[in-house]
Amino acid sequence: MFLVDYIKTVYNGVTSLLKGMRMTGYYFTHHKEIITQQYPDVKQVLPERFRGEVVMTHDEKNEHRCTGCTACELACPNATIKIVTKFDITPDGKKKKALDTFVYHLELCTMCNLCIVACPTDAIKMAQSFEHSVYDRSLLTKVLNKPGSKLMEGVE
Amino acid sequence: MFSLENLTHIIDHALNNTFNATIAMLIEMVIVGICAITLFAVLGLVLVFMERKVSAYMQIRLGPNRVGYKGLAQTAADTLKLVIKEGFTPDNADKFLFNLAPFLVMIIAMMLLAPIAFTKGLQMWDLNIGVLYLSAVSSVSVIGILMAGWASNNKYSLIGAMRSGAQIVSYELSAGLAVLTMIVFTGSLQISTIIASQQDGWWIFKGHIPAIISFVIFIIAVTAETNRAPFDMAEAESELTAGFHTEYSGMRFALFFLAEYVNIFIVCAIAATIYFGGWMPFHISHSIPFADLFNKGMDFIPGVLWFTGKTFALIFLIMWFRWTFPRLRIDQLLNLEWKYLLPIGMFNLLLATAIAILGWYF
Repeated sequence: MFLVDYIKTVYNGVTSLLKGMRMTGYYFTHHKEIITQQYPDVKQVLPERFRGEVVMTHDEKNEHRCTGCTACELACPNATIKIVTKFDITPDGKKKKALDTFVYHLELCTMCNLCIVACPTDAIKMAQSFEHSVYDRSLLTKVLNKPGSKLMEGVE
Repeated sequence: MFSLENLTHIIDHALNNTFNATIAMLIEMVIVGICAITLFAVLGLVLVFMERKVSAYMQIRLGPNRVGYKGLAQTAADTLKLVIKEGFTPDNADKFLFNLAPFLVMIIAMMLLAPIAFTKGLQMWDLNIGVLYLSAVSSVSVIGILMAGWASNNKYSLIGAMRSGAQIVSYELSAGLAVLTMIVFTGSLQISTIIASQQDGWWIFKGHIPAIISFVIFIIAVTAETNRAPFDMAEAESELTAGFHTEYSGMRFALFFLAEYVNIFIVCAIAATIYFGGWMPFHISHSIPFADLFNKGMDFIPGVLWFTGKTFALIFLIMWFRWTFPRLRIDQLLNLEWKYLLPIGMFNLLLATAIAILGWYF
């Protein structure tokens, strides 16, 4: 009985190995479908909710929706966002808090999406760009509001 | 038949007429040495590229395709990178042995090249114990690996080297028995006689069942002996980072890498010589009608092509193994050798002897 089992083990081993080799042999001879992405040549279409970096939306008149309320700064778990505010003088002589610079540290960001959820005016959103590599770390500290931009009318 | 015998004889005569015998001998050695080193460099470049492309195709990838036409210059670029890199020696390593080990491995690979016949008349050293020499010298390479592992002063390296030692010592037996099975048929250990005995058919066909079993055992054993997957216990990446060459970098690492591929070439060349007739074209027995015509037609293809074709087909087979099978655990590895390959090999030797005595082979 031992000998029968022994031969059976050898037979099973050899056939299962041959089965595996037939699979890879099939792949080798049928070289059409490529499962890897040809990345720099062909760029992948990313899912809608992919989180690449935080950006501030500006319209064509260079206006953004950020009121400088610092809700995002408070929501951020690792101090990625730093908001510097200023006081604008409204036409009727009142002082009003407004956004001066929206500093965003990409090198600290974990893409947790909490700032976007916290924003009451939908001023910021997640972009799909992911090629963030730079030679100098300081380039990763970004100012999100464009120069000369101002608050959109009607956003409080 | 196409032969390089004339060319080698002309060179030999020219040298012997110009210089005295000793100097002519020395010059010939230098020429052969340069040829061997060139062959090694070319083999390294070709085989690494082939491995990467084969692995890519088997895993439904593209493989190297950036440097040069279709990535052909990739390995040359890699070599350039390795030459430029710093050759680092760890502080507490045994510096002499650490630096010696890669060269030792390389020298042994070169020594193995000596009795291999590339075509009729193109053989460095046709000694009468060729096969014995091959199996004896190939087992010395474990010393180089042990030396590298010991001298690195690194636990990964040492464990990798010890595993490699256990593995090579065990699988030497099976490889030796498999070769011995074929020696029963050929009746000679000399490479040229072994090839000449396959004039009317290769041994894999003439020796039928025992030859095929012996070939399977041999190819498994040499895969283990060259430390390749599924037997790459010595450099199991997931367990031992890189095994015995963890601490090596730059050109010294490249020498280990090159030695691995040259060893694959050599064991495949041995298998091609013993089982598939080396440079001997595909001949059939004279008892079959039109055999002479067929054999003459086959002779038009030069022996070098036959030899490289067979060798590269076997190299492809070994690469196929690597990219299909998962790695064995060390106990499974030794089980396979001592419980399966060795008993089957011994039984096969007995069978081959009986068949040879009774004359039941073609």
